Amino acid sequence: MFGHQQKNAQQAVEERSQPWVEKYRPKTIDDVAAQEHTVSVLRKALTSTNLPHMLFYGPPGTGKTSTILALARQLFGPDNFKSRVLELNASDERGISIVREKVKNFARQTPRAHGAASDGNTYPCPPYKIIILDEADSMTQDAQGALRRIMETYARITRFCLVCNYVTRIIEPLASRCSKFRFKPLDTGSTSARLAQIALSEQVHVTEEVISALVSTSAGDLRRSITYLQSASRLATSTDPPAPIAPRDIQEIAGVVPDEVMKGFALSLGVDSNPSTTSGSKKQNFDSIRQQVKSIMRLGYSAAQVLSQLHDLIIQHPTLTARQKSTCALAFADADHALCDGADEELWVLQLALRVNKAIS
Amino acid sequence: MSLWVDKYRPKTLDELSYHEGLTTRMRALANSGDFPHLLVYGPSGAGKKTRISCILRELFGKGVERLKIDQRVFLTPSKRKLDVNIVQSNYHIELTPSDVGNYDRVVIQDLLKEIAQTQQVDLNAKQRFKVVVINEADLLSRDAQAALRRTMEKFMSNMRIILCANSTSRLIAPIKSRCLLMRVAAPSPEEIKTVLQQVAKNVGFDLPPEASEKIAEDSNGNLRKATLVLEALKMQSKDLNSPSLTIPKPDWESYCHKVADLIMSEQTPAKVMEVRGKFYELLSHCIPPTVILKTVAERLVDQMDESLKADVMYWAAFYERRMRMGNKKIFHLEAWVIKVMCLYKHYFFDVDMEDLNAFD
Repeated sequence: MFGHQQKNAQQAVEERSQPWVEKYRPKTIDDVAAQEHTVSVLRKALTSTNLPHMLFYGPPGTGKTSTILALARQLFGPDNFKSRVLELNASDERGISIVREKVKNFARQTPRAHGAASDGNTYPCPPYKIIILDEADSMTQDAQGALRRIMETYARITRFCLVCNYVTRIIEPLASRCSKFRFKPLDTGSTSARLAQIALSEQVHVTEEVISALVSTSAGDLRRSITYLQSASRLATSTDPPAPIAPRDIQEIAGVVPDEVMKGFALSLGVDSNPSTTSGSKKQNFDSIRQQVKSIMRLGYSAAQVLSQLHDLIIQHPTLTARQKSTCALAFADADHALCDGADEELWVLQLALRVNKAIS
Repeated sequence: MSLWVDKYRPKTLDELSYHEGLTTRMRALANSGDFPHLLVYGPSGAGKKTRISCILRELFGKGVERLKIDQRVFLTPSKRKLDVNIVQSNYHIELTPSDVGNYDRVVIQDLLKEIAQTQQVDLNAKQRFKVVVINEADLLSRDAQAALRRTMEKFMSNMRIILCANSTSRLIAPIKSRCLLMRVAAPSPEEIKTVLQQVAKNVGFDLPPEASEKIAEDSNGNLRKATLVLEALKMQSKDLNSPSLTIPKPDWESYCHKVADLIMSEQTPAKVMEVRGKFYELLSHCIPPTVILKTVAERLVDQMDESLKADVMYWAAFYERRMRMGNKKIFHLEAWVIKVMCLYKHYFFDVDMEDLNAFD
């Protein structure tokens, strides 16, 4: 009994600190935001109780995992869910040995007859199990190869759902066994609608500007924008009295460099963000650029973030010529590669700044 | 007797002197009962660690200051033994997994699982969770970061993670999106001066403004360095008032400057040999090659003609990256020196650099 009480208390704690991303995962596939095409195909599958193997791909935060989980829940109901669905993701060990043992063992079990659902609803509960391989693009080639035959042999009683970001990392024989569904980045409308809905049920007051800041910093990734919203509301409610959330807070949480800093930096490189005031000489001297880079690095912003924001600024610049832009793009690509290799941040930001300046002047 | 840096390090959130906005946020978070995972990032010497220890103090009270150092042994899948030093109190545990290089994943998985599965037994503890502080999080391998990912969500109820990093560039996006980011910028020269004055007052001497000005300028936003320099200066001379006060450069720095001067003086294979000897000396004294390269490059561009500066920096960055990828540091340092000499010489004799200079 003591144990039971403790469990309840623990559950309450978990409830409170549960990430909103989990809390507001869609319960049915009709809840899934924006992916109309996929949803309409899957709805048919729900009624006909037949399902192909599936391959979901698309950028992060577009609802791939949510969709398959919601679908499985609708198919099997909460009681049978555990026995009918196997979910494996990248944090589980997923080498070839696991595929051979765990996946194969699960795949060849004949699904148990289902009892009546305890919550009174009826579920179609078709006679197959679902294996969800989340983040399948991080599986090794060998492990994927081992799946090939398993998928065919047990196709009668098991359906696979591969979820990945890059469809090209899935070996061709696997991809050809699945029907593919592409998930596109969420449009502004549905992201902001969903955010507003969450804010309403969490009783967080957000303004239009905050929502648009969230949408722009997350670039179609709904999970990211929800996490930012939660962090922001945590910060806002923890002060006394609760302060309203400002768009600037969102940017700070996301680690975005403020626009003024970025504009100042660009200006020192000779990129005038306001082209109506054409300055005479665009060639800046070396020392002033070095000074700028130093001060930006001292503020502690990450080089990758500076890189991507400067990139946006230059590529969308109205007056630079295409040639100048492409020269800059080359420099950006180089610097990004170097940063991924772990090169020194300050040196590379400086190098990039010099190259951009040279390309523009 | 401890160094001033440690002796006068702020212990509570109230004692922190700059970044007031950040401090109030931290206090609010610590008291709200809903403490998220944190990712604290910023340049070195900006006060990240100090802030983390202050948060811990705010969360758990005085108990966190009772530290003990532990050495733990982890076993890799290939049965190799890894020794990891761990600093822990009853409420938190601090480790630097990147010390063990590629095996950091093992450490992270084992240790975090162990902590995550044990609950706080002390009923008087202020918080139900333990805190794991991971230093140098940006040096974690990708595998280790991926291993963190799921653990951070799953064991939220009895563990919080505080990551401490210099930059967020090398952290994978899923980790960043699970943490609350806290940027600790380097203090401005004014803020450094205030802190130095404060330290001087605590020690009990007068710090002339000119001296503090000089130290602040020299420190480049690194408060730790500034405090250390202050202490060194005070030890050397009782009187900080003299106008001839100079901040002694560390040996390696003046040595690097010598190398730069050598490169400028003459561009011949013989000089390259000489420079190579000096580089070896520096490397054998454990000066990180990136620091050597940067210091020499900075010195070089100070003396070079404007038109060459950009090229020198370009190639410095180029070879720095190769150095990271490669194995033998000295090769790349040498290659860079030769490149610079070449550029300089060509510039002097006004040779067409078309084929030499692939820089755009």
